[in-house]
Formats: sequence, structure tokens, C-alpha cells
Amino acid sequence: MKAFTYERAASAQDAAAKASSLQGARFIAGGTNLLDLMKLEIETPTHLIDVNGLGFDKIEKTQDGGLRIGAFVRNTALAADMRVRKGYGVLSRALLAGASGQLRNKATTSGNLLQRTRCPYFYDTNQPCNKRRPGSGCAAIGGYSRQLAIVGASEACVATHPSDMAVAMRVLDAQVETVNAAGQTRAIPIAEFHRLPGDTPHIDTVLAPGELITAVTLPKPIGGVHLYEKVRDRASYAFALVSVAAVIQKDGSGRVAIGGVAHKPWRVEAAEAAMPQGAKAVAAQLLAGATPTEDNAFKVPLVERTLAAAMHEARAA
Amino acid sequence: MSSLSDLELSRRGLLAAGAASAVVAVGPEAAAQESDTMTPGLPPMPVSFEVNGKVRQLSLDTRTTLLDALREHLHLTGTKKGCDHGQCGACTVLVDGVRINSCLSLAVMHEGDRITTIEGLGTPDRLHPMQAAFVKHDGYQCGYCTPGQICSAVAVLDEIKRGVPSHVSARLTDRPRVTNAEMRERMSGNICRCGAYSNIAEAMAEVAGGKA
Amino acid sequence: MRFDTPAGTNPIDRLKVVGKPLDRIDGPLKTTGTAPYAYEHHPEPANAAYGYVVGSAVAKGRIRSMDLSQAKAAPGVIAIVTAENAGKLGKGSFNTVKLLGGPEVDHYHQAIAVVVAETFEQARAAANLVRVDYARAKGRFDLDEELKTAPLTGGSSDEGSSAPGVDRVGKFEAAFASAPVKFDATYTTPDQSHAMMEPHASIAAWDGGSLSVWTSNQMIDWGRGDLAKTLNIRKDKIRFMSPYVGGGFGGKLFLRSDALMAALAARAAHRPVKVALQRPLIANNTTHRPATRQRIRIGATADGTITAIAHESGSGDQPEGGPETAVNQTKLLYAGANRMTSMRLAVLDLPEGNAMRAPGEAPGMMALEIAMDEMAEKLGMDPIAFRVRNDTQVDPEKPERRFSERNLIGCLEQGRQRFGWSKRNPRPAQVRDGRWLVGMGMAAAFRNHINMPSGARVRLGRDGIVTVETDMTDIGTGSYTIIAQTAAEMMGLPIERVVVKLGDSSFPVSAGSGGQFGAPNSTGGVYAACVKLREAVAQRLGYDPANAVFEDGRVRAGNRSAALAEAAKDGELSAEDRIEFGDLGKKYQQSTFGAHFAEVGVDSYTGVVRVRRMLAVCAAGRILNPKSARSQVIGAMTMGVGGALMEELAVDKRFGFFVNHDLAGYEVPVHADIPHQEVIFLDETDATASPMKAKGIGELGLCGVGAAVANAVYNATGVRVRDYPLTLEKHLDRLPPIA
Repeated sequence: MKAFTYERAASAQDAAAKASSLQGARFIAGGTNLLDLMKLEIETPTHLIDVNGLGFDKIEKTQDGGLRIGAFVRNTALAADMRVRKGYGVLSRALLAGASGQLRNKATTSGNLLQRTRCPYFYDTNQPCNKRRPGSGCAAIGGYSRQLAIVGASEACVATHPSDMAVAMRVLDAQVETVNAAGQTRAIPIAEFHRLPGDTPHIDTVLAPGELITAVTLPKPIGGVHLYEKVRDRASYAFALVSVAAVIQKDGSGRVAIGGVAHKPWRVEAAEAAMPQGAKAVAAQLLAGATPTEDNAFKVPLVERTLAAAMHEARAA
Repeated sequence: MSSLSDLELSRRGLLAAGAASAVVAVGPEAAAQESDTMTPGLPPMPVSFEVNGKVRQLSLDTRTTLLDALREHLHLTGTKKGCDHGQCGACTVLVDGVRINSCLSLAVMHEGDRITTIEGLGTPDRLHPMQAAFVKHDGYQCGYCTPGQICSAVAVLDEIKRGVPSHVSARLTDRPRVTNAEMRERMSGNICRCGAYSNIAEAMAEVAGGKA
Repeated sequence: MRFDTPAGTNPIDRLKVVGKPLDRIDGPLKTTGTAPYAYEHHPEPANAAYGYVVGSAVAKGRIRSMDLSQAKAAPGVIAIVTAENAGKLGKGSFNTVKLLGGPEVDHYHQAIAVVVAETFEQARAAANLVRVDYARAKGRFDLDEELKTAPLTGGSSDEGSSAPGVDRVGKFEAAFASAPVKFDATYTTPDQSHAMMEPHASIAAWDGGSLSVWTSNQMIDWGRGDLAKTLNIRKDKIRFMSPYVGGGFGGKLFLRSDALMAALAARAAHRPVKVALQRPLIANNTTHRPATRQRIRIGATADGTITAIAHESGSGDQPEGGPETAVNQTKLLYAGANRMTSMRLAVLDLPEGNAMRAPGEAPGMMALEIAMDEMAEKLGMDPIAFRVRNDTQVDPEKPERRFSERNLIGCLEQGRQRFGWSKRNPRPAQVRDGRWLVGMGMAAAFRNHINMPSGARVRLGRDGIVTVETDMTDIGTGSYTIIAQTAAEMMGLPIERVVVKLGDSSFPVSAGSGGQFGAPNSTGGVYAACVKLREAVAQRLGYDPANAVFEDGRVRAGNRSAALAEAAKDGELSAEDRIEFGDLGKKYQQSTFGAHFAEVGVDSYTGVVRVRRMLAVCAAGRILNPKSARSQVIGAMTMGVGGALMEELAVDKRFGFFVNHDLAGYEVPVHADIPHQEVIFLDETDATASPMKAKGIGELGLCGVGAAVANAVYNATGVRVRDYPLTLEKHLDRLPPIA
């Protein structure tokens, strides 16, 4: 871990200003992913701005009947909030399927969105990785790729996004609210928040340098059965091979997003029209153009089967 | 700086060229810092928090984790370093009553916090009920993950009591109950390679007053 | 004491303390975090600096140059040790590959430098400033490819499992060819990592030419000897200490780089240095269980009598390494007149393969016991009945050698009843529970017993406290407690009156912890020392040692009686002895037996496997402490679930390393994976094994678990998977269609 200076931010705008003017500055909130990566010098900030004291730790109703979730609401608190459990069960379920109790107690809403990939070649600093070190190549391509992407990948990167929460946020049409150094705020639809790797896999999101997430908002509840099916080798404390976040209505219509298959939570709205026809039809559209490797070809049928499991559970509910 | 010249970057990623005489020159990630200037030593930073009821004032390298502050500076070595990356749970402590991985938290971020470690739960002569139950049910073997398991176990029963749901809760809106499945899911962030899980569940059930 | 005739009645048989399910005596320390592990010894040594190990970035090649200038100039740096300035080093007898690489690099993450600084944070940061220029060489990383030309190679695990390159009894090929029912299949097991929770760690402190090392090692004397050999100093110049070991599973049997680098670093820094291997380094820097490719052929008559059995295994290791002895149990477990086993060893440039819990039998039983299940099905027999049919009470290769004790049938029958085997539908893929396909499976368990000499010193203090000192280690096995029970039983004391000190090279050399040989042998050594102490006590009291009875804290002989403490009132009494073994282990085949049962659910949608119930029945000699022995077994069953369902070091065959080299990538079971586990011990004593009449249990608990789970998965799905671990993609496309 490189040496760094540390300060506690006084205000959001201040923090954003510092972060955009000071080279090497980074925000830290929960720190569970950032510190992990700093120990390996995958992340090498020279200045940390602790934003925990800014007060973005509340969950409030919005005027249109939705929820505004402070950026630093801990994953446990978010999953346990009764409004979330009742109106946005898929989000609670996704959060509770992720990480461990200890990590959820520390990890924040914004930090969860900003998690970096768990690609083992990204984590091994001896290996080339375009995400970690632009232009160095991708050791994962042609390497051990069981967990890696089957859709939306590029010739530069086949990493997946590891978050469970983000998959649920995607299916709920969340918006990410930010503030920048000039004090300007914006709301970014979750669909646009995470990027596909393309030729610049080192850039995970559309956030500008120094831009600080202040909240995530959810539109008003849409009803339906909320499900999060997470498939992994061990029963807990493991990243998803494939996950399905689904909100399914009584008539079989609904929404679905997939985790563990792409550089971002994967949702194809057009595919959802096929929901009443069943998993096969939806999966075919969701994964059109998939380019799996020998190691992860199983994810293609697994997505369909997991989706079928979700639909089965929805019928049974 | 690393020369990857003998490694062929293909359109589909990277191939080891012929492998016979490929050259890589990488240190641990350092190679990525193109213009690696020396990081000067930075002055330590003061921090004050309460550990097991005692106020402790430390002056620390900002990089010091809460775990290393406890182990290397306060010599409270009951909290264990198993992986240092949030992958095992051996470093679990309670901060303001909430369990966290102390390896993934900077000490300087705990100003004013109230920290409880395994040493604060009980002593060999005055065991905490959870510690006593672990002894009775042989909920440990090598003992290395044990302090983390016990801190977690205490917190888990509290989390169930406070109604925090879990991945295995059948209905999100119901109050969770102390069942074997609930305890096992919630304890899953604490790895025990010796495999004392079945016994740990029994120890927890006894403390919870139920049956595993 | 030489143990060369089967034990008669002795004081242990009273079973007032031995055999009782007592709480561990180290429990209060371990549960309060006050038991000191390797990295935690202070204030002695005082003022330790921190060492951080740099691992090689290439798997094979040569270091052309190292640039240490930035690292040396970094804040707090005291010293950097590399092969260039370490001085001439030897190689330990138990190490296949040198522990400090350079200029030649033998495997990925081989230690090539240790950076010493005032603080951990400084050492870690400076280690990342070491610049290395490598010339990468071509390496051999693909086991299947290298096995094509690999020679037949015999070998021993040094832990009770061994076999020659080829071993034949009768005429296997002819018998197999003419067998009415034949079975032939190939199985694979992957490389596995010990993944113990305490990383390899050491603190080293020099005092002139003498070296003290606090470390985490299963075998004090081996580690001390190999450290001396590597440093080219006399063994008696080293004090080697491991009072608590945070798990080993074979990964800490040998001297590893943490201890060597700490010693070199402390010498260079002129002060004590502590080194712990960072978790992401461990899988490639240390040893692992090698992958295997196993072919099993079984020929039988229609009634299920095996007439021909062959087990061939291939594995790989570094040059000068040894094979994974996966065929060993097949030489002993089932009857059959015509037999063949063989092993091939490929040279690989992956990290060093070596012992991991039940080396040989663990992967061997994973294959053999699926094969037995498959053959039983082919014969239309119940898998338990098939095994019973082929039981043998003699070594099938040398029928004049009987098993000392062998109650495999008892284990199978007990298990059949207790697990509710009759409820198993022998036709696979018939039982459903909601979306889960449910199945039951079983496997035999087998692991050899090993006699190892073991010493101890026993002291009777003026306060009447008996103190046992031996370099035996407790790696979670319960050594502290069973040794205390042994001494208490022998001296007629309650366990509270016994103090046990372990893991210090200044104590008599013991068997150490490995190969499930620790418990019977180390307590045997304590038994021997106690026999001597009893003689000394009787003599001091003026009693006839032959008639003295030690009971309830007193010594009685005829009408005379005295408190035990009385004997030490004029000064402490001390006795030292070791147990050594004659040829009972040659005359009898000494092994341990069991049966594993598992019920699994397979998600009909996703193919994910979850274990629902587990049972083990063990016949393994006298159980010294049923509570800690049961823990050994449930722990082994847990590791078996890992091996069955998730554990695999993934090899990057291009660059030659284990890719998933941390605890997020290499998944081991968590709480949620493990249901309630049942263990039954059959009442057994083995008088040929030791005066304790005990054998080991800690590895038996693992041998067969993987196959029991795999057989249960087959029973659930009707899809046979022969490649471990049984991850979902291996049967997903063959599962019943989804609605």
C-alpha cells in the first residue's frame, strides 16, 4: 500500500472539489473494496477523503412515492429497512445474497456500485490486465475464465461486475445522484452508470473525476413477486456465477436483470416482452450474440435455467 | 519498466509468444507506475478510540488497519489475521456493537469508536457465555478462526434479535428466528478450515436458548 | 520403551480419564484469544522488525537482474535479502524445491526476496518497489500432456501411504479379460490447497550464533533440522517453537519460506524479524495436493466377487519430487486374487506438490469409491453389500499378514442402519423435494496407521502437579488434551493436576502432527515416560514399582499409601523416555476403517449441489477423547465436502500458476455448506498399535467423503460425474429437463 494522506471531508462539494483538484485523491466510505485493492497496489491513491461524516446515511421517501437511499447507507441497513423489504424485496434479497454479514455492515450503497471486478488476473499484479494497467493486454482471454463475461465483453477485457445489489438496482430502474466540484448535481440512470469495457476497460463507470455519489433513488414500488436467484458453488460468501434479479407480475410479465455475465448488470428491456413465453425465449434475447469461452459456456444454459427457476418461484409464491 | 515486447498482444488478448524466451519484468504491481517517484515518509496521524472499555490513543501510519493497530500496536493479538483481504472473517471485531472485518478498515477512520475484541468479551477465568459454549461443544480446533467466530456469533444472535433478515429467511417481512439455517447463513463470513461448523451451530443454539 | 509385543492390560485400560469426552484444556485460551500463535510472541522477542516476502512473477526462468535501489531508499527499510546476498544456502531434506529462488526460478511466487522495515506498512510498500528483470523459460504446466510420456515411479507420502511404480499380484490382465462383469473408468482430482486459517508465519531472533524461531509448524524436529541444513549451521544452535499452530493439514509439515526468510532477514537486520506470508502468495509459494488422473478397472463374477482389480494413477511434481500415492488403499481395501497398481510421475514446473491431509488415500478414495459404486450398480448389487462381499481380513497381497483390527463391515452395517439407507431408492433420479433432486450415497473409509517413535519428559513437582514436555504439536487435533489425559491416567490424577507444554525443540522429540500418526504415538511416548516416572515415584517412596497403584492422587502398594506429591517433597522428580516400535507394524497390517454416508440435494434448475445430511462411522482403535476425536472427523468430513463440490486450484497452463490464489478465489466450505454431522465410533482397541491401543482418526474422516457425496449426487441425478470437484457445469446439460 502506497503512503497516503487522510482527511475527513467537511462537505460534499468540498470533498468533490478536493477530489477533482488533487491528483491521486480518492473518496473512502466503507473501504471494504478500496482497501483490499490498495493492499495489492491495484489502487494507489495518495490522498483519501473520508466521506462518512457527510450525513448521506438516511433512507427517505421521495415525493413520487419512491425511496432516496443515502450513498453511505450500509448494505445491512438497506437490506433490513422495512420499506425496502416490503416494496423492493429484490433489492433486500440481492444485498443479503452478497458478501458476508461483516462486509455488509461496512459496505455502502455507493461503494457497492463502485466495486471493481473480481477477475483473478485483475487481482494478480504480475499479470497483464487492461483494466488495471491500460494497454498491457488481457491475460484472462485464453486463461482461466470460468467466472468471466459471456456478453458485452471486448477484445480488451472479459471482466464481470461483481455486485449483486447493482443487478437489483438495474431491475428497479434506480438513479444514481451525484455532486461535482462545482456543486452541480445530476441523476444518472443505473442503465447508463456502468460501462461496457470496449477499448477502455479501466473506466468502470460514467462518473467524472471527483464526482461524488450522494444517493441512489428508486421509483415507487411496482409490486409483483421479487426474486433474486444467485448461483454459486458454495452456499454463501461467494460471488455469483450467474444471478437473476426478477420482479414478476401475476400475469407472467415482468422485469429481469442478470449478474455474473457482463461488465455491468445485464438487462435487455426488449427481451422482457417474452416473459410470458418462458425462460427460453427471454434468455435467447438476453444473451443474443454471447461469446462464451470453453470455461464459461455453461453460463448460457445456466442463465436460462436460473431464469426458469425464478419464474417457477414466482408462480409458487 | 517492464518490457512486454516478447509477449504478443493479439487482437483477442495475450498469448505467451513461443514461451521459450519470453521476458517479463514486473515487480508486484509497481511496474504499473510509469513514473514511480519515491513516496516520502508521511507523518503519523493521531487517533483515539475505546477498546474493551479503555480509551487508547495512538499515533499511526495512515495505512494501518484497525486489525494491525490492535495486533501490532496494542498487542491485542486475539483478533486474527487470516487473509487481510476480507475473505475469511478471522479479524472480526465489534465496532459500536456491530461486527466488521477489522482488516478492511483503517484505524484512523475509527476516531471515537467503541471497539470490542475477543479479549473484551471474556477471559480464561471469566468466559463469556458464548466462549463457554464453544468450549463445551468443541466449536473450534486449531483455534485461529475462533475469536472471529465468537465475535461473529455474539453479533449474529443480536442481529437476529434486532430482526435483520438474511439470505435464507423465508419471508423478508417476517421476524427471523434462531434456526440452524439462519445461524449457518449468517456465520458464513467466518471460515473455519478445521471444519468445526456443526459444533459452532450447537454452541450458538445453546446460548440462544434453542436447539440447533 | 520398545513396543514389540501387543499390549496387555495396563493403567490406561482403567479409562478414568482417557476415553472421556473432556473439554479441551486449551479451550479457555483459544476461545479468549490468549493462545499465542507464531506471529504473536512478544514482548519476547522485543523490537521485532517486519519482513515482507516478494514472490517471483514468473513460473520458470532466471532473474537477470534485480533493482533494489528504490526499495532500499523507501522509508523505514532496514535490509533486503535476496539469493545474491543471503550467503550459501543448503536445501532441507524434506523440501523438493529451494525456498529462496534466484537466479534460477523454479515456480510462480517462489520467494525471491524479503524486505525488512520498521513497520509492516513500510515493508509491504517497499516490497512493491523491488524491480526484477526475468528471462522467462519454457515450463511444463499441463499434467495431461506431460503424463503421456511420464515414467512409472514408486513413492511414499512419508505419511503412511506408499506404493511401487508397478505392483502385481496374480495375473490382472487375463483375469480382467475373462471376468463376467467388467468396469473400466477414469477419474480426475484437481490440485488442492491446504488453506489453513493461520498463514505461514515466523519470528526469528539471533543471539550470536544461536537462533530462536517462533513459527507455525507441525513437525518441530523436521523443521529445525531443515532450517539448520538450509542455513548451514548446527541443529543445536536453533530453538524452534510452535506452541499453537493455526491449522496445517500437511501444509506446515515442512520448513517453508516464512521461517527461512525470517531467519535470513533477522541476520541481515541485526534484530528480530517477523514474517507472515501474505494470503495471495500462499497457494503458489507453498505446497499443495497434486492433481491426479486415475484409471480403475474392476472385474467380478456375477455374484459380486472381485476377481481382478487395477488402479493406475498419474500425477506431477517438480523435478526430484514424488507421486501422489493415490493407489495405496487399493492394495489393501478389497479382496481379489489378481491385482495391479501403478503410478506415473510427470515433471511439472508448477509449485511443489506435497502432503495434504491423507496424502494418497484422500484422492485415491475419491476415485476408488466411485468406481465401487459404479461396479455395484453394474452388478445390480447394493453398494454396501458389494463392499461386504469383498471384505478381507488379510493383506490381499500377502495373505499371511492379518489386519490387526478390521471392522469395515461393522462400520458399513452401523451406517446402513443409522443413516436410514433402506430409504434410498437404488434407481437414480427418482426422489424429489420441491425443486431439489435428492440422493443418498456412501463410501468406505480407509487410512493406514503409522508407528512413529515419540519422546516425552514428565516431571512431578513438589506441588503434586505433573508437567509433560514434548515437542509434539497441537494443530487443532487436541494433542494438549489427550496428552494430559494420558499423563493423568498413568499417574492417577485428575486432569486439572496435569500441565502440558508442547511445540518446543528444547523438549524431547515426538512423532509430531501428520499422517494421523500424532495422537497414538505422542501419547505412547507420554505413556513410556510416565512408566518411568511411576518407577521413580515408587522408588522414592520405597515401594515396589511392580505393585504400586496410582489412583486418586495417591500411590498404594500393599498396605502402604502416600499422596503422589509426597514423592516430590524433597525435590522434583523427572523422567524421560520415548516409545519405539518393533515389527508389529510389519507383522500386522495396521489400518483404520470407516464408512461415510451423505444425502444431497441437487437443484434441478441450476445443478447446484448442497449436502443435507452426513454420517461417519469409524473403527480406529481406542478413541482417546470422543469429543476432540469427533471434531477431527467432522472437520475432515467438511474438507471432504470441499473436495467433492468446490475445491480446485485452477491452473493457467500458459503461465504456469494457480490462478485462484486467495480465499475468495479458492473456495472452501463455509457454515452454510455444512449440515449437522453425525459421527459414530465403534468400540475397538488395537493392542498391536501402541500401549494406548489407539490409532489415528483425523485423516480417516476425510478418506471416502468425496466419493460418498459424488455417489449421492449420482443417486439424485442419474448423471455420473468422474471429475472433481462436482461443479454444476459438469452435469447441467444432462439433468432432467426443466418445466
